[in-house]
Amino acid sequence: MADILLKVTDLEIKAGDATIVDKVSFDLQKGRVLGLIGESGAGKSTIGLASLGHSRDGLQITGGQAELNGRDILHLSKRDTRLLRGAAVTYVAQSAAAAFNPAHRLIDQVIEATLWHGLMSRAMAIERAKELFALLGLPDPENFGDRYPHQGSGGQLQRAMTAMALCPHPELIVFDEPTTALDVTTQIEVLAAIKQAIAKTGTSALYISHDLAVVAQVADDILVLRNGRMVERGSVDDIFNAPREDYTRQLVSMRQSEKPAREQARDSLLSIKGIEAGYIPGIPVLQDVSLDLGRGETLAVVGESGSGKSTLARVVTGLLPASSGTLSFDGKELANGLAARTPETLRNIQIVNQIPDLALNPRQTVEAILSRPLAFYFGLKGAALQSRVATLLDQIELPHSMLGRYPAELSGGQKQRICIARALAADPKLIICDEPTSALDPLVAEGILDLLMRLQAEVGTSYLFITHDLAIVRAIADTVAVMLGGKVVRYGRKAEVLAPPFDPYTEKLVASVPEMRPGWLDEAIARRPSPRRSS
Amino acid sequence: MKNLPPLTPMALIGLVGVAAFIVLAAFAPWLAPHPVSEVVGGVWDVPSADALLGTDNIGRDLFSRLVWGARVTFVIAALSTAIAFLIGVSLGFYAAVRRGWIDQILSRLNDLMMAIPTLIFALVVLAVLPKNMVVLVLVMATLEATRVFRVSRAIAADLVGLDYVEVARLRGESWSWIIVREILPNALSPLLAELGLRFAFAILFLSTLSFLGLGVQPPIADWGSLVKENKDGLLFGIFAALIPGAAIAALVICVNLVVDWILRKTTSLKGARRNG
Amino acid sequence: MGGPPLADGIDTEIQAMSPLPAQKTSGNSLWSLLVKRLLLGLLLLWAVSLVIFAGTQILPGDVATSMLGQQATPEAVASIRKELGLEQPAPIRYVKWLGAAVTGDFGRSYSNRQDIAKSIAPRLKNTLLLAAMAAVIAVPLSILLGILSVLYNGTWVDRTIGLVTLSAISLPEFFAGYLLIAYFSVAHFWLPSSATVSDAMPIGQRLVVMLLPCLTLVLAVLGHMMRMTRAALLNVMASPYIETALLKGLPWWRIVWKHALPNALSPIVNVVALNLAYLIVGVVVVEVIFVYPGMGQYLVDHVAKRDVPVVQAAGLVFAAVYILLNIVADMVSVLANPRLRHPR
Repeated sequence: MADILLKVTDLEIKAGDATIVDKVSFDLQKGRVLGLIGESGAGKSTIGLASLGHSRDGLQITGGQAELNGRDILHLSKRDTRLLRGAAVTYVAQSAAAAFNPAHRLIDQVIEATLWHGLMSRAMAIERAKELFALLGLPDPENFGDRYPHQGSGGQLQRAMTAMALCPHPELIVFDEPTTALDVTTQIEVLAAIKQAIAKTGTSALYISHDLAVVAQVADDILVLRNGRMVERGSVDDIFNAPREDYTRQLVSMRQSEKPAREQARDSLLSIKGIEAGYIPGIPVLQDVSLDLGRGETLAVVGESGSGKSTLARVVTGLLPASSGTLSFDGKELANGLAARTPETLRNIQIVNQIPDLALNPRQTVEAILSRPLAFYFGLKGAALQSRVATLLDQIELPHSMLGRYPAELSGGQKQRICIARALAADPKLIICDEPTSALDPLVAEGILDLLMRLQAEVGTSYLFITHDLAIVRAIADTVAVMLGGKVVRYGRKAEVLAPPFDPYTEKLVASVPEMRPGWLDEAIARRPSPRRSS
Repeated sequence: MKNLPPLTPMALIGLVGVAAFIVLAAFAPWLAPHPVSEVVGGVWDVPSADALLGTDNIGRDLFSRLVWGARVTFVIAALSTAIAFLIGVSLGFYAAVRRGWIDQILSRLNDLMMAIPTLIFALVVLAVLPKNMVVLVLVMATLEATRVFRVSRAIAADLVGLDYVEVARLRGESWSWIIVREILPNALSPLLAELGLRFAFAILFLSTLSFLGLGVQPPIADWGSLVKENKDGLLFGIFAALIPGAAIAALVICVNLVVDWILRKTTSLKGARRNG
Repeated sequence: MGGPPLADGIDTEIQAMSPLPAQKTSGNSLWSLLVKRLLLGLLLLWAVSLVIFAGTQILPGDVATSMLGQQATPEAVASIRKELGLEQPAPIRYVKWLGAAVTGDFGRSYSNRQDIAKSIAPRLKNTLLLAAMAAVIAVPLSILLGILSVLYNGTWVDRTIGLVTLSAISLPEFFAGYLLIAYFSVAHFWLPSSATVSDAMPIGQRLVVMLLPCLTLVLAVLGHMMRMTRAALLNVMASPYIETALLKGLPWWRIVWKHALPNALSPIVNVVALNLAYLIVGVVVVEVIFVYPGMGQYLVDHVAKRDVPVVQAAGLVFAAVYILLNIVADMVSVLANPRLRHPR
C-alpha cells in the first residue's frame, strides 16, 4: 500500500440539498495518471478540486475522506490547506487564457507558488521554469516568460499553465479539461506536450475530461462517472476492451456512425458563388467562397475557430450581407441581407444555433415558442395549431407534457430538440445548423445527430451544417467543405474529401482528430516529423 | 414579477417605508390636521397637541405642511420619473435594436447631454425658463431620461445579441414585436431596479432644487422647500429644518433598500449605483 | 449626478480591441489612443458649449423679458436686447461669445455690472480647493472601505459598511450639512457654521473653517464611490485567475493585493471619475449651505437673478472642469490597463 498517493473514500459533496458527488471512492498510485471521465454534472471537476481541499461557492464537502500520502486533506486547518496547495498538489484549469492574471508576466505567475512556499530560490525557480518551457515545447523558452498572458496563444498558455503546475515538483497535478477549449490541431500538440512532461517528471495526475478519446491517450486508469456516482473503474485497456457497464460501452462505441455515401443530388438548392464578406470594411473574413448544396442533402462546412465557417452561415441567413458574390436559393437569386428577403424566403431558411440556452427566450413556454412560427407563417389557430404543435413534439421525440415548461426546466438536449422543432415548424427547405451539438454532452449530441438524420430522411430538408468535428462530418455529410482562414481549401463529395491524397491542412486536421482507442496519440506523433512549436 | 428574491428584513423595512409615503401622499387632505397655509401659532413654536411637530418660520403647522409636502414631492418625482422612463426606455430600446447610425446618433447626443452634470444643466436652463411645475417636471424628466436611455440601451443591447432575438429577426418579425415580446419581458427586473433608483434620485434632485429656491415655488411647498424655509432657525437652536430633511433621507433609504433587494436577483447590474 | 460619456467607452473599447491581432507596434497604439481620447474630449467640450448656449438663448422664453420680469416696459426690454446683442442672429452671437470665452472674456454681469472673468477667478480657486480637499479624504477612504467590504464579503463588517454607505447615498447634501452644523456648531460650538473664507485669512484658520463643508462633501460622495469600488472589485474577484491564485495556496490578503487590485485599478479609476459628478453637484449645494464664496454659490445666486451671461459662464466653467477631469481619469485608466500598456 506504500505506493498509494491519493486515496479517496466515500466522498460526498452537496450543493444545498442536491448531491453533486455521491460516495465516490478511488485511489491513485504514485507515478500513474487516473482519468476522470463523465458528462456535465458528473461531478468530475468537483472531485478534482476536492483533491486540493477546495470546493467552489455553494458546494460543501459533507462526507468521506481524501488522503494524500495517508494524510487527510479535507479536514486541514486553513493554514495547512494553503501549505498543501501550490506545493504538493497543483492545478491546471480549463481555460488558461482566463486562469492567468492579465496584469502580471507569465514567468512571475509560473514561479509564484514555488517561491511563496519557499521551495526554491528565485534564480532556481526561474531556471526550472525555463527548463519546463523547453520540455513543453514552448517557443523561445529563455524569454517566453517575459510575455503577458494576452501575448500568448491559447495552446501556449495551456502549456505555460502546465509548467506552472509542474514548477514546485508537486506530487499530484489535477488537470481540469486542459485541452477542451482548444482547436483539434492545437489540442494534439498540447496533449502530446502534457503527456511527455508527465512521463519525464514522473508526476502523478488526475486528468479530467468529458472526452474519452482524449483521456485514453494520457491516462493509465479510467474512472467513469455519471451524475455524481461511479459507474466503472479500470485500466484503459479494460475500459476499452472489456467494459462492464452499458454506459461505458456506449461511451466507447461513440462516434462510429457514418452516413452512407449517396449519388450526387441532381439539382442544387443553395448555390454560393464567389462570396466575400466581413464585419469591418476592408478586412474580409470570407474570401471567394463558392459552394453548392443539393436538395435533401447535407453540406458540412468544417474548420477551426477563425476559419470563417460561422460567418458563412450568417451570410446565408442574411444577417451579414456579403460585400461581393451571389447566393441563389431554389433556382432564384437570394437577396443579400435580411431586409430584402420575402417572407417566403425567410420561411424556407431556418437556423439551429450552437447554444440552445441562448436560442430560446427564457420567458416563453415551449408551447409559445413552437406556436409562434406556425401562427406567423401559416396563420394557424386553435385546434389546428395545437395538433400541429403536438406533431412537432412527436417528431422530436418529446412528450406532450413539455408544452407548459419554460426553457430553464429543460435539459440541454431537450432544449436543442425544441430549437429543431421550431425550425421544422416553418416547414423549411434548408436548415442551417451552426455547431448544434458542440455545447452538448457526447451521448446527447449523438441523439441530436440521429434525430437530424432521421428528419432529413422523413422530410427531405437540406442542411448546411457548420462544425469543427470531423467525426460529425462522417456521420452526417454528403458534401464537405474544409475552410481555413476564410477560404475553402478543399471541397467535394465526402468520400473524396476525407480520403488521400490530402492537401497539407486537411491531412493535419484528419490526423489530429482523437480516435477512440488507446495508443492513437503515440502513433499520430510518430507519424509526424516535428509536431512541436506550432501552436 | 414572479421571481423576486425572498423578502429580507431590510427589504421589508424599505417596502413599508415606501408604502407609508404613498399613503401619506394619497390621503394628505384627510391626514393633515390643518390646511397647508393656515397660521396656527407663533414663529417656531415648540410641539403641542395642536401642532404635533411645532410650527414653522411663520407659524404654520409643520406636521400638516410635511403631509402636504409629501404629496407635492410624490407627484413631481413620480411624474418626472414616469416621463423619463417613457422617453428613455423607448429611445434606448429603439437604439439598441436598430443599431447602426440611428444608435450612433442617439447615443452620441445622449453622451453630450450627460457630459454636463445634471444639477448644472438644470440650473442653466432654469435661469431662463419660467418657474412653474410643468417646466420643473419636464426639465427633471429630460435630464433623467438621459440616464434611463443609457441603462435601457445597455440592457437591450445585451439581449439583442442573443440568438433568440436573432431567430425572431430571421423569422421576419417586426421591430415592435421583437421589442415587446422578446426583449421587454427579459429586461423587466433590471428596469424595475432602475425605476427605483431613478425615483430615489428624482426625490433627491427635486428637494435639492427646492432647497436652492429653484424648484417648487411658494405658496406650494415640497419637503426641500420646507428645509429652505426653516433653515435659518437652526442657528437659534431650532431644528425644524431637520425634520423634513430626515423625512427625505428616510424615504430615499427605503427606496434604496427595496432596490437593493431587487438587485440581488438581477446581478447583471453588478450592484453599482449608476450615477444620477 | 451626470455621468461621463468618456469613461463609459473604455470597456467596450477594450472588448473591441482584444480579439484583434496587434497591427501596430507597441508604443504607437497607446499614444495614438491617448491622443484620440484627448481630441474627443475637446470635441465634447466644444459641443457642450453649444448646448449651454442653446439652453440659455434658444429655449422658449425671451432672455430679456425673463431677466426683467413680465412687468418690464418695452423700452427697458429693447435696451437690454441691444446691450446683449440680441438683435443679431443666434449663430453670430454664439461665435462671438465662444470667441471671447476662449480668450477668458465672459463679458459683464447684467445684475452688478462686474467683469465676470474677474469674479470667477477667485471663486473657482476656492471651489477647486474645497473639492480637492474633499477628494483627498474621500477617494482613499472609500477605496479602503471598498477593499475592506470585499475582504470581509458577506460578514457583518461588509453588511455594516453597506448599510452606512447606503444611508450616506440617501442623505440629501443639505440635510447632511445641517446635521453637522446642528451638532458641531449649534450644540457644541466646536466649528463655525459659515465658511466665509477670504484671502486674508491665515491658512490654518481657513482649513478649520472649511472643515464642515469638506466633511459634508465627503459624505456626499463616499457612499457612491465605495459601493462602486466594491462592485468593481467583486467583479474582478469572480475571475478564474483569482481561483488560480487561491489554488496556489496564497493567503487572502495577497490574492486581493497582488491579483485583484492591479486588475481593479482601471475600473476603480473609472469609479472615481464617475463620482466627480457627485462632487460637483455636492459642491454647489454645500457652498450654498455654508455660504462659501465659490463657483456654486455664485451660479445659484445668479440663476435666481436670471443673470444669463453669468449663468452661461459659470455653467461652461463647471462643465469644462468636469470634462477635463474626465479626460484625465480616462487616460489614467487606459494607462492602468495591462492589455493596453503591453500590446501583443
